Amino acid sequence: MTVDFLIDLFSKFIDIPIVAFLLAVTIAGIPLFVLMALNATIAVYVERKVSAFMMDRIGPMGQGPGLHAGKWGVLQTIADALKLLIKEDTVPASADKLLFKMAPFIIFIGAFLGIAALPFSSVLQVVDFNVGVFYIIAVASVGVIGIVMAGWASNNKWSLYGAMRSAAQIISYEIPAGLSIIVPIMMAGTMNLQSLIEFQTGSVWGILPNWIIFNNPFSFLAFFIFFISAVAETNRTPFDIPEAESELVAGWMTEYSGFRWAVFFLSEYANMFVVSGLAATAFLGGWQSPIPGFFNSPLWGLFWFLGKIIFLIFVMMWFRWTFPRLRVDQLMHVCWKVFIPIAMLNIFGVGIWKLIIG
Amino acid sequence: MYRDFGTIFVFIFIGIVLIYLPLLIQKLLAPNNPNPDKLATYECGEESEGSAWVQFNIRFYVVALIFLIFDVEVVFLFPWAVVFNDLGLLAFVEMGIFLLILIVGLAYVWKRSDLDWVKYNVKYGRGRYSTLINKSNTSGK
Repeated sequence: MTVDFLIDLFSKFIDIPIVAFLLAVTIAGIPLFVLMALNATIAVYVERKVSAFMMDRIGPMGQGPGLHAGKWGVLQTIADALKLLIKEDTVPASADKLLFKMAPFIIFIGAFLGIAALPFSSVLQVVDFNVGVFYIIAVASVGVIGIVMAGWASNNKWSLYGAMRSAAQIISYEIPAGLSIIVPIMMAGTMNLQSLIEFQTGSVWGILPNWIIFNNPFSFLAFFIFFISAVAETNRTPFDIPEAESELVAGWMTEYSGFRWAVFFLSEYANMFVVSGLAATAFLGGWQSPIPGFFNSPLWGLFWFLGKIIFLIFVMMWFRWTFPRLRVDQLMHVCWKVFIPIAMLNIFGVGIWKLIIG
Repeated sequence: MYRDFGTIFVFIFIGIVLIYLPLLIQKLLAPNNPNPDKLATYECGEESEGSAWVQFNIRFYVVALIFLIFDVEVVFLFPWAVVFNDLGLLAFVEMGIFLLILIVGLAYVWKRSDLDWVKYNVKYGRGRYSTLINKSNTSGK
């Protein structure tokens, strides 16, 4: 979409098609990286402040003389990023060096490719796939390969345990997430993210926006199953057993330091952004405004879409300080014996609802 | 469509470059004076015992097999969900039969306790399915 526009624009000035294509794609790709970096920077700051307020602390406030970390600590994450950039990069002597260095790249690419397909507004979407939902689910699970690689290559017991747990958790929760994202596809009859959002135009009963979450009781349930599974897939608390600080030090990230470790952090926040974006698109009307018929210009669309994502990310942070961490067997129990049966029945429910009510 | 996936293909390389650049900056700016203690495997301050590359019980092996089956099932469901509106009752009944077969499978692995994380009873140490064996023994057979 946006990239098509850029390619057409550059083809007018540059005669060689491949050069125009590469230039257009690069120009489209760099804002995405900036968005990822901004998202991580702001989300880390917000998370610290949210955590602090939920624990009745004040959080980072900028300590010491001068402008260190800024007023109210707004520069704290930037200071941290700079610190990580000038930290010594240690690779354990007994590690598998090649896999150890490759793992951050794979995890980052999994998150980076996911953002490329998000529909930020009706005119702003880097690549508009006809199989958008499918694509995001596919690239979101690339990260697990990187996690297993990082855990194995570190040659550290904590890392290996963390990676194994993470792999078990991510592959398990992919199934309830996949089964519940089928519900909006059944109702809209398309996997294209833009058409999925256009399906949600208008209002029900004159007041509520016609979002898929409000369409019928089964889709209402599907949203919650999808969102909880998405939280589990991003390894956030209460599903953070792969990096449980109190038992596994830092899980599969234990041996990483400096910027390599920062890449993991960047990717984790980008993954939160992608799954929240998918949830907002499929269930919460994407760039549609919450007041049907008003504020629906493309620029407002960007505002609503980002607003929904920020709200969902806030809910994830809220989870962190509300629920205690699950034990690994409880985690598997919830996934296989609660979510998957409910998600399957949900598909039957939506099918019957569609056949009878329409 | 080729344009879309071509873009994604180029994005992979852009991603690699964008991560490689800061790593390069780090290489230039950061100090680098390794010593054996610094490069030792971290084990909470203790001297590290042996390698982590040992055989151990990956509990989720069966879970991974079940995941494969269910993931393929989800893949089959996606195209069905797209055309569901047009096909109506017939498609619904057919997919119902397909799902029912998988639900029987899920019930089977559930009954075999393959979905449990801890599969054997350490106290009696009778092996993988000892809780099941004990249960069937006490039930009179």
